Parts: sequence; C-alpha cells; structure tokens
Amino acid sequence: MEAFASHYSYWITVLLMAAGLYIMIARGNLVKKLIGLSIFQTSVYLLYIAPGKLIGGTAPILSEAYQLYSNPLPHVLILTAIVVGIATLALGLAIVVRIREAYGSIEEDEIVAADRADAGRGDGA
Amino acid sequence: MKREPVLRVIGKLLIPYMLMFALYVQFHGDFGPGGGFQAGVIAAASVIFYALIFGLPAARRVVPERLVETMVAFGAFLYMAVGFAGLALGGNYLDYFVLHANPVEGQHRGIFWVELGVLITVSGVMLKIFYMFAGRGRDPGAR
Amino acid sequence: MMAATVIAIIVQRNLFSVVVLAGVYSFLMATVLVALDAVDVAMTEASVGAGISTVLLLGALYLCGGEEAKPMARPWLPLVVTLVIVGALVYGTLGLPAFSDPMAPIHTHVVPRYLGQALAETGVPNVVTAVLASYRGYDTLGETVVVFTAGVGVIALLRRARRGREKST
Repeated sequence: MEAFASHYSYWITVLLMAAGLYIMIARGNLVKKLIGLSIFQTSVYLLYIAPGKLIGGTAPILSEAYQLYSNPLPHVLILTAIVVGIATLALGLAIVVRIREAYGSIEEDEIVAADRADAGRGDGA
Repeated sequence: MKREPVLRVIGKLLIPYMLMFALYVQFHGDFGPGGGFQAGVIAAASVIFYALIFGLPAARRVVPERLVETMVAFGAFLYMAVGFAGLALGGNYLDYFVLHANPVEGQHRGIFWVELGVLITVSGVMLKIFYMFAGRGRDPGAR
Repeated sequence: MMAATVIAIIVQRNLFSVVVLAGVYSFLMATVLVALDAVDVAMTEASVGAGISTVLLLGALYLCGGEEAKPMARPWLPLVVTLVIVGALVYGTLGLPAFSDPMAPIHTHVVPRYLGQALAETGVPNVVTAVLASYRGYDTLGETVVVFTAGVGVIALLRRARRGREKST
C-alpha cells in the first residue's frame, strides 16, 4: 500500500497514456485519432511535472516570503512541448482537410479501400 | 451572428480587455506566470472572438492577411536579430550580458525583445491558421 | 474525473461532443497542473489546449463533416496491446522515485543553481521565464521556429490556387 500512495501520480499518467494510445489505434476516424494524440501528449506533460512538485513548496517565482520552490526545469520543457503539440495538431488537421477533399471521407477504412481500388484499376488499365 | 445584440455588446465590452490582458501577461511574465506564448495565444483569441461575432470579412478588414503573414515571419526574425546583436557587440550568439553596460540590465533588455518576438510570431501563426481554416469553403461535391 | 472524461471521449461517436469533451479535459488538466504548482504551464495549457485547440478542431469539423466514427469490428487486438503496454509501464514506474522526494535526482543536479542564481544574474523573479528566455534561450529560438514552420505548413497545405478550381493540388 505504501507503493500506491507514493506512485499514484505515475499510474494516473499511465492510465491517460493508455487511453490516448487506445484511441489512436482502435478508432478509424482521423479527427478522433488526432484528439487521442493530444490526450497522449497531455499525459506526458503530467509525467514530467508531477515528479517536480515538492509538498509544502510553491510556484517557482522567487520572493521573500517563501523558501521552498517546486522544480522549475520541467515547467520550461513542458511549455515548449505544449506549443509544439499544438503546431502538430494544426498541421495534422490541415492534412485531414485535404484528405477529406481528395477522398470524400475521413474514415481510415474507406480511404484504404479507395486506395486499393485505385491501385487495382491502375494496374489493370 | 452580428445581428444578435447581446453578443455584439458583450463582444465590444470584452475584446479591449482581452487585448489588454494579453499585453499584461506579456509584460508581467517576469514577475508572475506569463510570457510570450500565453500572451500571443490570448491576443490571437481576442481577434478570433471578434471574427466569430462580426464575421470573417470584418476581421479581415481590421487585421489584414498581409499584416498577419508579415507578423508570422517578423517575430522569428526579431529573435534571431537579438542573437546577432549579441554577436555584433562582442559576445556570443544570444549573449545578453553584452547588450548593456550593466549585465543585469542587458539581461532585462534581451529577455524583453526575445519575448516580444515570441509574442508576434505566436499570435500571427494562430491567427493565420484560423483565417485559413475559416476562409476555406466547404467542398460542394463531397459528402 | 479526468479518467471519466477520457472514457467518455473514447466511447462517444458524435465528433462535436468529442471536441467539447476534449476542451473539458484540457481545463481539468490545467487545474491539476495548478495543484502541482506549475502555474506557467497551467496558463499555457488552458489557453492553448482549451482555447486554440478547440477552435481549430471545430474549424476542421466544419470542413470535414461532424459525422460519427464507426467502431471497429474486432476491438480486442488494440485492447490487448494497450493492456500489455500498461503492464510494462506500471512495472517500470515502480523503480521511479516516490512522489515529492526531495532527494530525487531531478532536484539535486542543476536546479539549485537556477533557483539560487536566477535573481542575481538576470534580475527576473519568475525562474521559469528566466530559464526559458535566458538560460535556455536556444531552445526557445527553436520553438519559435517550429511555430513559424507550422504556420508556413498550414499556408502551403490550405492555400487555394488562384488560377481556377480545376487543379487544387
């Protein structure tokens, strides 16, 4: 039970990571896959920031009234990661829009079937 | 949506405060949470809010496409220019200590210009992406 | 509560409600981050994740159609893969330091120098801004270039050809 209380934050992270991963591999809709990717990314933010917290500490803004600060280094890395994550999401959504205009659908099964049908026709013709 | 009086009034009340809040977050990033990224996103969000209420052509008149495209490139250019300024004044690339006679004052200057560059690029990119998504009509032949 | 939101996202098939649930999830994550003393990160996650992300997803849904996703016919293979990965990760986390352990390596290598010297060297009380803009300024330069590249990429992908509608590549 001791291990549960001290590692609880990691297990929440693993649970969210698993949920994001499951959405990405088990659902065929492209927009839903991108949302699963962003859930996966937020679980990684938790993975980095939770170990930096010190109980009794405060936010890492130096002032006279506080002595104990939580670790500022993961905050910097995750700030960059959040912005890069949204850049990825924007580019992914632009590609999904183009796929939709080219194939008429954003379901993975239909797109793969359309590609196979095209390849069959291309070889025969 | 611009015919709805409630939305118009609330929009006109809130948008100046949102822009002011973005500037506040930008310049108080030294003393509290904040900085270039948050401020850029909030500034872009205020223009997006204006576009949602008053329509995309009205937003395009207020913040033209050319200006947004220039902002996208100018912020990154400003950041790199600060780096080269450090090089020109005798230090390393992106060295802030040489920007002023007093090294701590040089740090302040360097951080100020760098965060400004980040603000311009982030708000420009977010706004440009919104313009591209919202301005593209739905394909009439697709499902 | 976050687990409940995520499970609802998995099960829901109407994409519009999935997007709204993703915004809810972002706000819950921002609250958790404030509880973990990460105020800068929480502000960024709230504004970016719940603000811009939702706007972009809604814009994409408008262009693609908000129809439901169809569930896979045999979902047990991804479920088994996910459970195996969960087992491996939980086994791995048992070796990590306990929550809020002051002697963990994350707290003892570089950070005491940043916390001690940031005010004296840069004159900026917010250590996160000092590290982001001054000590690790190169990383922030790279990040700004990444944002710029994303903007250029979206412009390149979504720009309509001016010459006519026959070729839209």
